Amino acid sequence: MSAAMDTESTYSGYSHYSGHSKKAHRQGSRDRHKSPRSKDGSRSEKSVTIQTPPAEPLLGNDASRAEEGQDDNWGETTTAITGTSEHSISQEDIARISKDLEDSVGLDCKRYLGLTVAAVLGLLVFLTPIAFILLPQILWRDDLEPCGTVCEGLFISVAFKLLILLIGTWALFFRQPKADLPRVFVFRALLLVLIFLFVFSYWLFYGVRILDSKDTNYQGIVQYAVSLVDALLFIHYLAIVLLELRQLQPMFTVKVVRSTDGESRYYSLGHLSIQRAALVVLENYYRDFTVSNPALLTASKSRAAKHMAGLKVYNVDGPGNNASGQSRAMIAAAARRRDSSHNELYYEEADHERRVRKRRARLVVAVEEAFTHIKRLQAEEQQKAPGEMMDPREAAQAIFPSMARALQKYLRTTRQQQYHSMESILQHLSFCITNNMTPKAFLERYLNPGPTLQYDRDRWFSKQWTLVSEEAVTSGLQDGVVFVLKCLDFSLVVNVKKIPFIKLSEEFIDPKSHKFVLRLQSETSV
Amino acid sequence: MGTEGAGPDWLAGSEGRGRVRRFCSGGGSDGEDMAFVPGQPVTAVVQRIEIHKLRQGDNLILGFSIGGGIDQDPTQNPFSEDKTDKGIYVTRVTEGGPAEVAGLQIGDKIMQVNGWDMTMVTHDQARKRLTKRNEEVVRLLVTRQSLQKAVQQSMRS
Repeated sequence: MSAAMDTESTYSGYSHYSGHSKKAHRQGSRDRHKSPRSKDGSRSEKSVTIQTPPAEPLLGNDASRAEEGQDDNWGETTTAITGTSEHSISQEDIARISKDLEDSVGLDCKRYLGLTVAAVLGLLVFLTPIAFILLPQILWRDDLEPCGTVCEGLFISVAFKLLILLIGTWALFFRQPKADLPRVFVFRALLLVLIFLFVFSYWLFYGVRILDSKDTNYQGIVQYAVSLVDALLFIHYLAIVLLELRQLQPMFTVKVVRSTDGESRYYSLGHLSIQRAALVVLENYYRDFTVSNPALLTASKSRAAKHMAGLKVYNVDGPGNNASGQSRAMIAAAARRRDSSHNELYYEEADHERRVRKRRARLVVAVEEAFTHIKRLQAEEQQKAPGEMMDPREAAQAIFPSMARALQKYLRTTRQQQYHSMESILQHLSFCITNNMTPKAFLERYLNPGPTLQYDRDRWFSKQWTLVSEEAVTSGLQDGVVFVLKCLDFSLVVNVKKIPFIKLSEEFIDPKSHKFVLRLQSETSV
Repeated sequence: MGTEGAGPDWLAGSEGRGRVRRFCSGGGSDGEDMAFVPGQPVTAVVQRIEIHKLRQGDNLILGFSIGGGIDQDPTQNPFSEDKTDKGIYVTRVTEGGPAEVAGLQIGDKIMQVNGWDMTMVTHDQARKRLTKRNEEVVRLLVTRQSLQKAVQQSMRS
């Protein structure tokens, strides 16, 4: 099923539930009793759509984009910017666009196939008990034994059990798909196969023993249908245990390290397959890790480059080119070189720290001053001075210029300027003003780099993640498994460790055993 | 008020619970002599000190302070060499008082008072033995580290 995209998984924040419900309507209202068990690989397995229009970076007509690409000095010039932009597309963007286009086609096919299979199976399964009960009535009504109260009681129980099944399935499996994973879920596939075999065998028995021989014992037939529904409820229970409950108890601790700057976190997971564990890690990544900032990494690279730059290798022994020997010689020479780059690093960092703190102080003061100019009007006052009233957006625009310069300088110093456009800052400012936030609350967003969720999704969310693993991605987590989640700019290295087996023993302490003695050393003069 | 506290007197053996034995210093190492093993006889080089009490108002004072005892915490004793030693030690000697005049030094361990053993007494019992109202003179047997060394030196020479 995943031939085209063997090791790729696509993740986006958008869901595809709209497409799914369209399908549902197409099949008529009965479709909504979707079924005891339509849990197929993709439908509840959370499929994904890449909803971003691929032409976005090409046009770049978005005013905010234009500003960032072209004019970084909105702090001084707070008027609007023109529509043209010099925003150029990097090689990355092109690769990304083309990939998006080709993926969206393959993706939909696979997902819709899965959805269809699940829907059909679900419908079939749901209608089977009803069919079992109705077919004898339709086909050989006159021969049936009359079956009074017992049958009616059984009808009621079948009806309610089917209702319960319906509600249970709806609650559990009708969920917005979150992501698309490379391989099908083993448990779900197994359950589908189980249901299919189960229903198939029931139909087989029914067809051979009842339809062919035109059994007249209607009560028996109805009881057969009831047993089917009971068994379906048990399968539903099995599905809950296998798909939901089993992974709740934490068994593994997972360490996630970002390759570019070493930021790491630990998470606890239960028994999951590698692909599902990857999904959990990614969901938590967007919330817990600070946004990855490539601008902060250039310093160490330049240091390393400088260190090796001064060495040249001359081959004295003739034209034979021994590459590995050369590089080893370079490394040895570089190690022996006495350079003071550590000194540089130390002073540079101290300097930077001081500069950041100074700018931060200026920023805080500027913002506090700016906020004192705004005052919220009470209801009575609103009638008195209608001319001066401003809505939050206008108020934000009014006080923005006084803090813009300090804010921009601070963002430049901490290399965060690409994450915040003027528009986004104004929006945030009006949001804070509306909600009566203090200057410190307004600044919280800019003083520390936050998690990726905080920033504009379209620009900073990676659309494409690749799962790189030595083991099959549907195999479960084991102690010592390592897999890597790659996106364009960086990768997350995930290391799995088992939570150790803990032997807990008890020790009983009698409360009366807490006795103490005074130890003195007194001195008496005689 | 002659004092007699001159030099070690190793003929001072006596009974008492601590069983201070007559001692002939044969050259054991310093540490061992004052080591205190419960149940075993204690061997020590002692000095006889005779203190005449001084009358001050209604009291007779000796002019020093004691610390230690079997009901006290021996680990807090700064003068004892072995921190499990629960004997009575001299912790302070007042200047110009009768004890100083008699030759008592700070850090001395009192082994006997007027024939009564002081190695296995409580702090209060020690105090009582020293401050009996009807006694004007107390004769102490005290021991200290330097005595052992002095004995060894004099034996060599």
